[in-house]
Amino acid sequence: MTAAVPARQPTDPPPTTSPPGARASVTQASVTQASVTPAPVTPPSATSLSGTRPPSRRRATLRAPAWLNAPVRRLVSAVAVLWAAATTAYGALLLAPGDTVDILVGDGADTPQIRAQITAEWGLDRPEAVRYLSYIGRLLHGDLGRSYQLQRDVGEVLAGQVGPTVRLTLAAAAVGVVLALVLAVATAGRSAWPRRIVSAAELVAVSVPQFVIGIVLLFVFSFSLGWFPVSGAADPQALVLPALALGLPVAGVLGQVLREGLERALEQPFAVTARSRGLSERAVVARHALRHALLPAVTLTGWFTGVLLGGAVITEALFGRPGLGRVTMQAVSGKDMPVVMAVVILSAAVYVTISALLDLAYRLIDPRLRSI
Amino acid sequence: MTELAITRTDSAPAPGPAATAPLVAVEDLRVSFPTAGVEAVRGLSLSIAPGECVALVGESGSGKSVTARALIGLAGPGAHVRASAFRVGGGDALTFGPREWRRLRGRFAGLVLQDALVSLDPLRTVGAEIAEVLAEHDVVPRPQRPQRVRVLLEAVGVPDPEVRMRQHPHQLSGGLRQRALIASAIAAEPELIIADEPTTALDVTVQAQILRLLADRKAAGTALLMISHDLAVVAAVADRVLVMKDGLVVEEGPAREVLTAPRHEYTRTLLAAVPSASPRPSASPVPSISPRSSGSPVPSASSSPAASAVPRRPRRSTGAGPRGPVLTATGLSVAYGPRRAVDDVSFHLQAGETLGVVGESGSGKTTLARLVLGLLAPDAGEVTLRGGPWSGLPERERRPLRPAVQVIAQNPLDSFDPRHTVGRLVADPLSALPRGRRGERAAELLGRVGLPPELLGRRPRELSGGQRQRVAIARALALRPEVLICDEPVSALDVSIQAQVLDLLAGIQAEDGTALLFISHDLGVVRHLSHRVLVMKDGRVVEEGDAGEVFHQPRHPYTRELLAAVPRLPEVDERRRLTT
Amino acid sequence: MAVAAPALRPGARPRPGLVLALLVLAVLVVAVAAPGLVTGADPLAADPLRALAPPGAGHPLGTDHLGRDVFARVVYGARHSLGIGVLATALAVGAGSLLGLAAGLAARLAGEALARLFDVLSTFPELLLALLVIAITGPGTWNVVAAIGIAQIPTYARVVRAQTFVVRRSGYVEQAVTFGHSRARVVARHVLPGVVGPVPVLATMGLGQAVIATSGLSFLGMGPQPPAPEWGAMLAESRDYLRVASWVAFAPGVALTLSVVCLTVAGRHLQRRFEGRTP
Repeated sequence: MTAAVPARQPTDPPPTTSPPGARASVTQASVTQASVTPAPVTPPSATSLSGTRPPSRRRATLRAPAWLNAPVRRLVSAVAVLWAAATTAYGALLLAPGDTVDILVGDGADTPQIRAQITAEWGLDRPEAVRYLSYIGRLLHGDLGRSYQLQRDVGEVLAGQVGPTVRLTLAAAAVGVVLALVLAVATAGRSAWPRRIVSAAELVAVSVPQFVIGIVLLFVFSFSLGWFPVSGAADPQALVLPALALGLPVAGVLGQVLREGLERALEQPFAVTARSRGLSERAVVARHALRHALLPAVTLTGWFTGVLLGGAVITEALFGRPGLGRVTMQAVSGKDMPVVMAVVILSAAVYVTISALLDLAYRLIDPRLRSI
Repeated sequence: MTELAITRTDSAPAPGPAATAPLVAVEDLRVSFPTAGVEAVRGLSLSIAPGECVALVGESGSGKSVTARALIGLAGPGAHVRASAFRVGGGDALTFGPREWRRLRGRFAGLVLQDALVSLDPLRTVGAEIAEVLAEHDVVPRPQRPQRVRVLLEAVGVPDPEVRMRQHPHQLSGGLRQRALIASAIAAEPELIIADEPTTALDVTVQAQILRLLADRKAAGTALLMISHDLAVVAAVADRVLVMKDGLVVEEGPAREVLTAPRHEYTRTLLAAVPSASPRPSASPVPSISPRSSGSPVPSASSSPAASAVPRRPRRSTGAGPRGPVLTATGLSVAYGPRRAVDDVSFHLQAGETLGVVGESGSGKTTLARLVLGLLAPDAGEVTLRGGPWSGLPERERRPLRPAVQVIAQNPLDSFDPRHTVGRLVADPLSALPRGRRGERAAELLGRVGLPPELLGRRPRELSGGQRQRVAIARALALRPEVLICDEPVSALDVSIQAQVLDLLAGIQAEDGTALLFISHDLGVVRHLSHRVLVMKDGRVVEEGDAGEVFHQPRHPYTRELLAAVPRLPEVDERRRLTT
Repeated sequence: MAVAAPALRPGARPRPGLVLALLVLAVLVVAVAAPGLVTGADPLAADPLRALAPPGAGHPLGTDHLGRDVFARVVYGARHSLGIGVLATALAVGAGSLLGLAAGLAARLAGEALARLFDVLSTFPELLLALLVIAITGPGTWNVVAAIGIAQIPTYARVVRAQTFVVRRSGYVEQAVTFGHSRARVVARHVLPGVVGPVPVLATMGLGQAVIATSGLSFLGMGPQPPAPEWGAMLAESRDYLRVASWVAFAPGVALTLSVVCLTVAGRHLQRRFEGRTP
């Protein structure tokens, strides 16, 4: 094989049968990876269905220099995600049936002054393009608009509710990650029963909707045993059940991905070499295999963020907690479009931040990406 | 002998004569994998004396790797290992628990695997990998470890050890990586190095360096167990050779004896099949050995009339002269970014002629194949077919001409649609034929490459490596090409199968007068088939000429280096005399 | 070094789990197609006098807070919960496959642009995207179908596009080009089968997720409106009576979990078989 043909990475499974949503399967990792890890710099393959293509020098010159590549791509894609979120939200506003002013007023007080205020804020008396640009411009200034139903600025509304949701999602993420790590390390490569039991538990954790887990937890620990409060967010105790309900499905998927990653790594030649140095199986896992297993797990960013943010809506409703999820639900039921739009943009911002952090982690774990 | 040695150490508890006691002495070793229903090793006896180099040679599936790993208790999960006597490093391995095995690994025996890119942890620095052995066996205290790593890297000939120890495996060249792997294997100064195909993934010049390095270690007193599929590779270093087949040792003896006067028929077969850079013996026993070849139901090549009529080195068909070359390349260049993968390459190809293209990895061979195939457009230069345009044509106009230029890829499995049966694969090119005739023609084509028509209904994954390559050849022949491009067509095959496939290609050429563009990194293979040879390095042709000339009087220093690096069997002439 | 892979022998290892899953799925199909065959009770008939009756004669799984038969509601609920899931998945798979194929086969720039769009859209949490659709359309059965379907399109489109790309660059497609086949023939004979093959597998796996999403939206009150029986909505109603009448939550919870587990098991089996077949 000459350098002309991009060497197929042995760790690069074809993304054939990956289900959407990744919750159901582990192989999604391979697909997600494509977006999270920069593609290795390979010469462009000129093969196509139509035979020859000129080797594209155009593309080569368009490309940023290698050292610039990674951060620039990162930034461009982050901006693209945010812009797409803002535009999607704006598109939703346009698509909503009825007069835009009526939609924005919603169930709020409807007076000529407010109508005038809305027209001014959204530039409804100006051409379409200007409207859109002024909307984007407003967002760039950090202005998320005003909720006419709540008679408050959207930024203010969201800021007041961020705290409980952040606590919930962080606790759930911790539950998921710790549980997954413990179970994966404890069962990887082990034979028969412990492994089978844990993988069955993972299957159930993956398949059960969060609110079902939540109801079971409520029934057992609140109603029957009375250990934890049924609802509210007043004391730390009230965080336990919601965090478990939100974290268990995460643990199920992460646990599978980690275990499969560990098992794959333990079969690699480098694991044989490590054993041949006299390392115990535990040391091979800790020093070698675990890092390899983390790589596919890190690529589940999108899924992870989605489950936590989407799940927060349901979990907050089930446990009667305050938070962004409840705000979202109220906005959706009341058709309070400015708030709904802001939530979409906010969640995109969260995604961008988390995936940037995890991308950094990925680079720290995998030196092969640093030199690209 | 080995039994004597054991009883002696047993009866004499004094550690005095330890120097003469074997490092490893195993009797009747059996390794099976009950879950897979495989018995990989079936009663092997082996002893390795201190400072000795023993080679285990065999084709894939012979059980050689499993044997080597069983010696350090790493036969793998689910392996069932039995032996009537099993002494390793002065202890009774039959009584070893995990703890005892671990104490031996690294300290008593170091393991070197095939490709260091995957055999060293890709996520850790080379220095960390080597230091791991030092730490595990507490060879030197922590503060001195970096210094020790540096010394070790120097000892295996890695330049700038200070820099290299902080790099990761992917930042090192194949040769340096393999050296680093060896450094990690010898870090705890083991008495034995187990090297499992240590040079298989390497270019031939690098292979020579690594073999020299291993020979140095042996000279320094370390015993060596070398596992290889290639007799020529072990010839350079081994004192004793064991030839394995289907989990059994079929022949054993001093290297010189086994390599020059083989007693077992299978050893003779292996020796004859080694496509060496020197001329092959005229009476090749290859076609007659098929019953064993990978256990396939293929009739031997000799049963196919095409193959049995093959002259060993087909002469260039003289009739092709006046018509001019079938295919010409002039000044071909193509660049990927700043790198020129192919740089100003010109050649011409006559009907019935084989042009060999030799080069190491990265020399641009495969890119050249893609250019000639019209799958890649050159930045500069042109390929013409029968004097008419080819590379410059738009695809629409090239399509009708495509049947004239066909390809056989290195890995046939990649080039087969995984959903299709052999019959459909072979019939796929035959779109011009009426549907009803296609099956018949496919069976005919299979017959030509020595495969029974029963295979038509099989899927490619169910075939052996040799069978797959034959199917690929049958498919390439379906359109009766004038030019057949063979891109490393045998490099994934066992040597005995290699020889069969090469003979098949030669036979086809002799019958059809097909021009072959034969690309390989293996000089022996190229020599075996080619009339003329191009030697490529870094995208350029450094030497071109008649095969005999290039191999006998290489002009370019690079060609000389390549030829010198090819491992040789000892005293070919003597061996030929013995076998014929 | 290549060794012939052992042929896959179907049924070489008995899989009780798979058989069980398929049986459950068969029962569910009956419940969706003809719920009257499974239960004679009316899911909407309220009987305030027998509200929150525990399981017993007449009501095998008890009654809810309006005295409706829980068993009948769970059986009739399958039509909503699973039906919406199936329709939404069909929408997502259909549109997603077409878009993904288009992106995979289009000229470089257009294909690249589409692909980036899928990437960006698939980063949104599906539930939020679905809620955005609901915010526009309002709650209701068909709106949930649209919301979940649209929310999942980018994911399918991405996977299908990636698969198209892999197949397009594969050795066997290149080989077909060297035979001089026309572009249309290469696409029809080699690319399409390679891309379409895994889609049913994807759909099975995705269906389970769509069912979870459906019940989630219903749980939030955005799905089929009362009094229509839907598992998620039933669970939401049951929460207030959990202390006194846990059976009201039990039946829909088990039905929901069981159907998703069975879909996942079946999907994984398909996936394993598929991956075993293609190298």
